[in-house]
Amino acid sequence: MTSALINVPAKAKRGDVIEIKTLMSHIMETGYRHTAAGEVVPRDIITSFACRFNGAEIFRADLFPAIAANPFITFFTTATESGKFEFEWVGDQGFSETASASITVE
Amino acid sequence: MQEPADTSRRQFLGLAGGAAVLGAIPVVTVRPAEATPAMLASAIQNVTGGAAVRTGKVKLDIPPLVENGNTVPMTVTVAHPMAPEDHVRSIHVFNEKNPQPNIGNFYLGPHNGRAQVSTRIRLADSQKIVAIAKLSDGSFWSVSVDVVVTLAACTEDVI
Repeated sequence: MTSALINVPAKAKRGDVIEIKTLMSHIMETGYRHTAAGEVVPRDIITSFACRFNGAEIFRADLFPAIAANPFITFFTTATESGKFEFEWVGDQGFSETASASITVE
Repeated sequence: MQEPADTSRRQFLGLAGGAAVLGAIPVVTVRPAEATPAMLASAIQNVTGGAAVRTGKVKLDIPPLVENGNTVPMTVTVAHPMAPEDHVRSIHVFNEKNPQPNIGNFYLGPHNGRAQVSTRIRLADSQKIVAIAKLSDGSFWSVSVDVVVTLAACTEDVI
């Protein structure tokens, strides 16, 4: 299941600041909506997102119901060495997804 | 006999007017759960711990007029170097009128190179969005932007 979309440049020069774009497919149900019968739809959101590069955490985010469905998050990092980015999304109802992307730094 | 009837009519009108005034107050106060400026202030207080928040450095890019509050692109940029000894530690985004005052917390470090984060958010009403940046020296900088929303998000009924 490819529920994550990751955009990391395949190559970069040492010292370049590169943009990382991530999108995870998720309903992000707020827990504030009601069905026609008046029942509250239980909250089901991603609560945290983290990115590690070669094992060290470089970015982390706490998400709230105010983040739109299919959370799209972009951030920057400095290319220092070749390696692997690992992404992790954790959420309600046992949601947990990971993805990874490699970069070659010259 | 005419006099008492007239009095009761006057009393009735007086009572009706009073009831209308009383009735109008609950209509205003009983609203769907939403964050209030006080909740916004306390959410900011939780992040800053009471430290002074100065205006500046932070830039919040968000459309001033939003047609659909379900997905609003937003970019926060902090005009500050990202050096190991002096960098942006975190960026916190808040709103005034969604059911919860928090939108997101983003934790950065010197390895990020640029203090900029983008995401897409939900807005339940026309309101003020506040972004606060925490620097490595412990100071806080903020910006607030007013957004007009035509179609609200978050609380609408599921069909």
